[in-house]
Amino acid sequence: MTELLYLGAAVLFILGLKQLSGPRTARRGNALAAAGMLLAVIVTLVETDVLSWWAIVAGIAVGAIVGGALAIRVQMTSMPQLVAAFNGFGGAASALVALFELERTAADLPMETAIVVVLSLLIGTVTFTGSFVAFGKLQGLITGRPIGLPGGQALNALLALAAVGAGVWAVIGDSTLPYWVALGIAATIGFTGVLPIGGADMPVVISLLNSLSGIAASMAGFVIGNQALIVGGALVGAAGLILTVQMGEAMNRSLANVLFSGFGGSSGAVEMSDKPVNRATPDDVAIALAYASSVVFVPGYGLAVAQAQYAVRDLATELEKRDIDVGYAIHPVAGRMPGHMNVLLAEADVPYDQLFDLEQSNPKFAQTDVVLVIGANDVVNPSARDDAASPIYGMPILEVDKARNVVVVKRSLSPGFAGIDNPLFYENETMMLFADGKDALESVLSAMDQV
Amino acid sequence: MSPEFVSGIVVFVLAAFVGLEVISKVPPTLHTPLMSGANAISGITIVGALIAAGIADGGLQTAFGFLAVVAASINVVGGFLVTDRMLEMFKKKPARQR
Repeated sequence: MTELLYLGAAVLFILGLKQLSGPRTARRGNALAAAGMLLAVIVTLVETDVLSWWAIVAGIAVGAIVGGALAIRVQMTSMPQLVAAFNGFGGAASALVALFELERTAADLPMETAIVVVLSLLIGTVTFTGSFVAFGKLQGLITGRPIGLPGGQALNALLALAAVGAGVWAVIGDSTLPYWVALGIAATIGFTGVLPIGGADMPVVISLLNSLSGIAASMAGFVIGNQALIVGGALVGAAGLILTVQMGEAMNRSLANVLFSGFGGSSGAVEMSDKPVNRATPDDVAIALAYASSVVFVPGYGLAVAQAQYAVRDLATELEKRDIDVGYAIHPVAGRMPGHMNVLLAEADVPYDQLFDLEQSNPKFAQTDVVLVIGANDVVNPSARDDAASPIYGMPILEVDKARNVVVVKRSLSPGFAGIDNPLFYENETMMLFADGKDALESVLSAMDQV
Repeated sequence: MSPEFVSGIVVFVLAAFVGLEVISKVPPTLHTPLMSGANAISGITIVGALIAAGIADGGLQTAFGFLAVVAASINVVGGFLVTDRMLEMFKKKPARQR
């Protein structure tokens, strides 16, 4: 009976994942998966001969309060790092289950169990430290730029070899020592593997770590001989892998490229053009907007950082009052994660029918009077279309250079994550407004009163 | 290998293929919520954590079990809640009056 109830939970997970990937059904899918989880938890509590309830009750209480509070209070802009942190906790839990089994049996394990204990420990620990490095990068605790390590990828290859070595030693030997050595190496790999990856690539990394945490859960399932864990973990491991690949495709980056190239904040000197740019004041921008009949906003990463989504919405409302056509062009990777920008704008009550994706937006730019680019750079860089030598050549871009006027709101001329110059900034039709995204939009809005 | 272990491998492989098939082409809008939702499901390791904490025999065993339950609960409760919060914002809003 227990197994059948676990099977029910697994079916709910599958239905949940399926529905989560469609826009209409996504929310119900999440609820179904949560119901599956509740079922699995209840079955487990009923079926286990529990010796001590306090650890369970106290553990769930603490975890639910901490997790619930974080989930309810988090700012939508900080969503990506929160997902990274949650994922890290999942990895930690799988590693702890392995440690528990190790402690309970004093490392006296049949070979097959020893193997899965090692795997659960290794993968869970890499997920844990890797996720928290990703968290640190997105939260700004660690620089988002790639951090070069002595030895680079050779160091990671060496560490991976050492981890395998420690794992084999643990399986053959009969002491707990090699397990702890393996744990130490895995913790290090989490750091050295994620530190060299640039901030813009973090979403892909988190997605991959999510897949790993699923596999770790599955291994933990083998450790304690529980099929619910094996199924749930394998599902997420595989689904997470597909999602990781799709995210990479949206950014025109292969997984290997993300993991091993250190792109996404180049370390070398950037060749900047010394051509002049048109510096604009908020008044100039207000005038351009006031005489436009159609305006398209292109929000990017910088908008998310500046928390300027409400300021954009306020400016858009003012434009609509003046009967100006307003739209938003959303690049697939705008924001800090694919789809993140849609969440941020939805939070600011931007009507869904004003959001246009890449394919819908590009044909419209030629008929657009003013395009306002806020904190986006690489996704509007014409080099991706025109310059075969550019590192981002081939990446799909929003072709804002076809609009009649372009206003770029940006803190400085500094290059984006790709670390390359943007010819758009030097066009005659382009005005540069150097300021923090939110301040800039607010001053443009107040300047609109005068025109 | 014990029969349980072998059937575990069978289940693992089959479930992995289901996982590969269940995710078809996902619109980029849903990448973030889907990742967050899948992350919450990977918190299924809470089942292992509960068993560990339940049968733990004091000392380090209980410590590991307790910490595992805490970590897994954060993952599960936080993960599903935050995914729901994200998806709630996609609710179709009434068209704005001009």
